[in-house]
Amino acid sequence: MATPIKFREIEGWGPGYLALLAGLGLLVLSGLAAAWFMEHNGHYVTGMNNQIVWGMPHVFAVFLIVAASGALNVASIASVFGKTPYKPLSRLSGLLALTLLAGGLAVLVLDLGRPDRLIVAMTTYNFKSVFAWNIYLYTGFFAVVAVYLWVQMERRMNRYTTVAGWVAFLWRLVLTTGTGSIFGFLVAREAYDAAVMGPLFIAMSFSFGLAIFLLVLMLTYGGTGRPLGDRILKRMGTLLAVFVAAVLYFTAVQHLTNLYAAEHIGVERFILLEGGVYTSLFWWGQVVLGGLVPLALLLLPRFAGSRASIALASILVVLGGLVQVYVIIIGGQAYPLVLFPGMEVASSFMDGEAATYLPSLYEIGLGVSGIAMALLMVALAVKVLPFLPASLADAAIDPHHTRTATTEPAAAGA
Amino acid sequence: MSEFDWKRRHFMSAAAAAAGVVLAPGVTLYGIAAKAREADVPVTSETRWGLLIDVNRCSDGCDACVSACNEENGIEGHGRPATDAQWIRKVQLRDPRTGIEKHFPVMCQHCAEPPCVDVCPTGASFKRADGIVLVDKHICIGCRYCMMACPYKARSFIHENVSEQRPYAPRGKGTVESCTMCVHRVDAGAVPACVEACGERGNGAMLFGDLNDPDSEISQRIATYATRRIRADLGVDPGVWYQNL
Repeated sequence: MATPIKFREIEGWGPGYLALLAGLGLLVLSGLAAAWFMEHNGHYVTGMNNQIVWGMPHVFAVFLIVAASGALNVASIASVFGKTPYKPLSRLSGLLALTLLAGGLAVLVLDLGRPDRLIVAMTTYNFKSVFAWNIYLYTGFFAVVAVYLWVQMERRMNRYTTVAGWVAFLWRLVLTTGTGSIFGFLVAREAYDAAVMGPLFIAMSFSFGLAIFLLVLMLTYGGTGRPLGDRILKRMGTLLAVFVAAVLYFTAVQHLTNLYAAEHIGVERFILLEGGVYTSLFWWGQVVLGGLVPLALLLLPRFAGSRASIALASILVVLGGLVQVYVIIIGGQAYPLVLFPGMEVASSFMDGEAATYLPSLYEIGLGVSGIAMALLMVALAVKVLPFLPASLADAAIDPHHTRTATTEPAAAGA
Repeated sequence: MSEFDWKRRHFMSAAAAAAGVVLAPGVTLYGIAAKAREADVPVTSETRWGLLIDVNRCSDGCDACVSACNEENGIEGHGRPATDAQWIRKVQLRDPRTGIEKHFPVMCQHCAEPPCVDVCPTGASFKRADGIVLVDKHICIGCRYCMMACPYKARSFIHENVSEQRPYAPRGKGTVESCTMCVHRVDAGAVPACVEACGERGNGAMLFGDLNDPDSEISQRIATYATRRIRADLGVDPGVWYQNL
């Protein structure tokens, strides 16, 4: 029987840790300043306009919200699917889920035309709106994951971990379906209006969430000098490959279905062939760099299993994920609304033309601050509460390890 | 209601009545509302206000409806076409096979099943019982989901500070707005500014009236001539009809 996992707060106030806090803090502050500037002047100072109404902040916000529910998967694998080696990772998984969601929502709210009316959004509901449902799904997610973390961290409550894990798992599936449906329910937009948006977003969340989890895990254990075993990393690397493949699969289904219907040929030509920057981003950013290269890094025997390839694959999945959300949100809006099928249309309001969008620094700053906010919260939380196991060496977390492995892995993190 | 509004309301009613009287026989009416509605009387679904636009009468280069709308509702551009608000726009349509061109205005289509109202998280987008779709400026949070959902590109987000606001058409930076079918005029018994301008300075291509009243001119025309609505296939039941489109 394996010895119980020991969770420890990270110790000391080393210059590296302080620099991390300062750097993330600075990014958060500049994001807040950018939000204030956009708010004060109005959105005309951004790249957004009446054609591209959701810009870069939405790309980051949706990415973070989707990744948040995916980050919880590591905990679900332990609690719901009973995989013991993942159990020590559950707390960090829950923590990341909370902080990524908080970062994403902060960006979303700060990009509203009237963020000062947040209280209105919290008190006045139109229950037919998928946005309004999402307000409940997001706040509910915070509560459900907080309870899930509590039953894991409070010894007397440990016996409820499976139940809490199931509730959180089901909740996150509904939540991501809701996020995808924000686009899936847009009946008039050629690029959206598809039921596949829900499952596509779930696959994206699995992939982005695990990639972020892996990066945070490697950085934290590398930075604190705690042992991190190769086997658990390799397992998660293989899992990431499955998720990346799932995203590619749903993307293929989405586009092939559209290509079959003559009425959608226009939007498919735009994204896949003639959309300029969106076409390049789709093929090179999303499919090649965000999909095929990570698959090769994670699966080809030449690279598979090495920390460097897992880290690089995770970085590419994150970047490719941002590109994918950009293509979905910005590319989908750039394709003009079809008011008169088969006709050529022109107007002073840019009917019939592909919209142009150049993100401003303010929008990028606000978006990046969402990521910084999430990471800052993680950095502070692991300092004050025991989220991280003292050791994630293979022998410490996997009772079967000694029987199958021949040598102890190198103890220190990368 | 302020003293100003009240006086204006009565003035508008009188103006509408006068407009009805001075029209010569034989000239196509551009429609007049039945009568002014008292402020404390709620609107009902017995009426459904709508527009009929005769595309053959609408000419290229005429922007009487657009300028009247801007003047009436205090919509001033900042010389930034991508972000400036447009409640009504002239659309040029060209059939690529025949080369035939048509010009006509497009504005909020005041759908009976408006997607903007469905998706609005706070209920700021709403439809009045008489079919006019509006935005409640007090609870709009500026999320722009309605702009994503509108099939007609009818809405504008206010991207910067606004000045010269009209008391009856409040606007505000950070909120979304669109054609109100000049609800303040309709309630006072007048027709929308675009319709009036089209009749006076344009080609009389626009007709306003009650779609629920089978005897109204708009209903009669729709019953007599071939008409269509933009993207009727979406099933949103727009309140703006087009003839000869």
